[in-house]
Amino acid sequence: MEEILLDKPGKKIILLGNEAIIRGALESGVQFVSTYPGTPASEIGNVFYRIAKKAGVYFEFSTNEKVAMEAAAGASFSGVRSLAAMKHFGLNVASDFFFPLIYSGVREGMVILVADDPSCWSSAQSEQNARFYANMAHIPILEPSEPQESKDFVKFAFELSEKFRIPVIIRHTTRVSHQSAPVIVEKIEKKEKKAEFIKDPHQFSTMPPRVLEMKKELLEKINKIKEISEKSELNVIENQGKAEIGIITSGVSYLYVMEALKKLNLNLPVLKLGFIYPLPEKKIKNFIKNLKKILIVEELEPYLEREIKILAKDANPNLEILGKEKELIEGGRIWKERKNTLPQIGELKPEYVISAISKFSDKKLKIDFKEHLKKIGAIKVPSRPPIFCPACPYWFVFSAIKKVVDPKNVIFGGEIGCYMMANHPVVNLQDYLYCMGSATGIAHGISKSTKQKVIAFVGDSSFFHAGIPALINTVFNKSNPLIIIFDNQTTAMTGHQPHPGVGKKPEEDGVEPIKIKEIVRACGVKNLKVIDQVSQQKEFQDALKEFLKKDETSVIIARHPCIFVKKS
Amino acid sequence: MKNNGEFNMVIVGTGGQGVLTLLRILSEAVLLERKDVKTSELHGLAQRGGSVEVHIRSGNKIFSPLVSQAQADLILALEFQEALRALYYSSSQTKFLINKHSIPIPGKSIILESKILDEIKKFTRNIEIIKAADICKKEFGKEILAGVYLISFASNKNLIPIKPDSIFEALKKIIPEKYLELNLKAFDLAKK
Repeated sequence: MEEILLDKPGKKIILLGNEAIIRGALESGVQFVSTYPGTPASEIGNVFYRIAKKAGVYFEFSTNEKVAMEAAAGASFSGVRSLAAMKHFGLNVASDFFFPLIYSGVREGMVILVADDPSCWSSAQSEQNARFYANMAHIPILEPSEPQESKDFVKFAFELSEKFRIPVIIRHTTRVSHQSAPVIVEKIEKKEKKAEFIKDPHQFSTMPPRVLEMKKELLEKINKIKEISEKSELNVIENQGKAEIGIITSGVSYLYVMEALKKLNLNLPVLKLGFIYPLPEKKIKNFIKNLKKILIVEELEPYLEREIKILAKDANPNLEILGKEKELIEGGRIWKERKNTLPQIGELKPEYVISAISKFSDKKLKIDFKEHLKKIGAIKVPSRPPIFCPACPYWFVFSAIKKVVDPKNVIFGGEIGCYMMANHPVVNLQDYLYCMGSATGIAHGISKSTKQKVIAFVGDSSFFHAGIPALINTVFNKSNPLIIIFDNQTTAMTGHQPHPGVGKKPEEDGVEPIKIKEIVRACGVKNLKVIDQVSQQKEFQDALKEFLKKDETSVIIARHPCIFVKKS
Repeated sequence: MKNNGEFNMVIVGTGGQGVLTLLRILSEAVLLERKDVKTSELHGLAQRGGSVEVHIRSGNKIFSPLVSQAQADLILALEFQEALRALYYSSSQTKFLINKHSIPIPGKSIILESKILDEIKKFTRNIEIIKAADICKKEFGKEILAGVYLISFASNKNLIPIKPDSIFEALKKIIPEKYLELNLKAFDLAKK
């Protein structure tokens, strides 16, 4: 029995932040869970994939995050509680649907887990701050700081969602997702509601002029939720009492603040915000009204800082507000010297926060971090960038390219997946890298504007995720990139999750593999070859040579399983 | 260990050395001793040979999942060169426990152990170097057991404030059935 399914209320078990989300969903009676794999959210899918049957929950890896969110919404519309989990960029993919979904609202509770990745530890293409969706989309956002809260906040989120028929976001960051700690579990709720979609176009058809009415209803909901936020235990004040200075924080930053206060032996009042949207404005105003100076501790861009500045205009115009916009130390915000201040770039660390609080409160630190740093670095340890596994079939694609192509004369487009490591110095075949689908999308624009040849690398899972529209565009609007689809029959980078190209085993519904070559052909591509680049190296090289001469789109499917895929 | 019972440990190594499993074993063992614990890890690159660094903190009440700069009580390096990267967490009070084992960084020459030790000695003289990988390879044919060997060693030598019995119980809980026997053997061997 998996411990995460243990039904012993009151017992303490160690859970990763992401596992705590799962546990919270199970304790809320979730019945439908969908995701697309993406770190730092990936364990949510991986664990549900393993336990869903035992837990009596429907789980799926959807083809992309937009589809995952739509599926979870459809379930909620039909009367079952649903969870959609994704990494930060996943929300961008889903956002086309996300905005009108919040207008219409949902029926049964629907929670969306979004995991941001400050410092780009695992998802490297931008350092996104999902909080900024709040003001644009008007969706409640809750921000836990540790696993116990992740679990408890999910339960609260389902209640809130159901009461106001609005989806609710739980926002994680990497250090919340990948932090483990003891969690006291409660009862697992088994809901076996009969689901039925009850027709109600008045709610679910977002057509004007009705849609503007929906917006009015949404803003009214948010006003009511603001009242809940005002009274909610998710926003807490620590060390309440008479003081002239205080701290406002949330998420993992709160943990660094508490750690720093303990170390500095300080008792400053701290307002910890669990509700990022809507903010408990009265509570914040009350907190700041008698203070002279506050420090806002948050990761990435100053979201809370700006909101609080607006509130301070009414509540305490003379309040000095420190954080990111007003530097704590002169010239300290350039990222390489970010030691004594709170950076907008990269995640916070306990030493940054204690330095900032020390400066803010005039309480001396016992250690000089800058001096300490000076002692390090006499020997530079070369970085150990991740690289393809030994015997990875992808090596064979790159070696074939190097044999028949002069890399100077060809442009190489990358995408997200193991093959993004083509930028490693030993491979060095990557001239641009953005997101899933964009290797081909950009290749088209380059091909149309220049006489240069582009080879676009596309992964099998990303082909299903976002590669197909871009491929069709090259055919429909006539360009000539060579697209190599790395078909290793798994979503390797994020932890070997299955995708449509591998189908499903009989015990998991029994679905035939959806063949990439058939899709490519149906998109109108005439130059198409499926080659095992490991056993047919000569054929692979010949195909490269032949296709690079074509003046229309060509596709090679390099089909050989990842070394972690068991041959069935 | 700090006066207030707080313990800060950083484990460094490379992907594939079982660092994440060690972290789970240690955090379970702390829970068995009814103390608070937090860990931090990073995913995604652990299987691809990149550097791996994880943190574990235990005590009465732990807030931050990250060990702060210069605050580690113990740094366990499963790979020699990676020990250098962990100097960031080292102070004069820090103990180093190093697996005498180097994994080359592609395209670079291996940094000499003596040079690495000179750097560490700028911070601390508390350095234990154990041929854990060699021992485990010789005894069990598996270098990956070095991690369990070393945490058993650390526990028996009081380098970590966790009882060997708790680690033993945690091993039984975390390690899958088919690998358990070998892991327990590595655990026992380190006691000697």
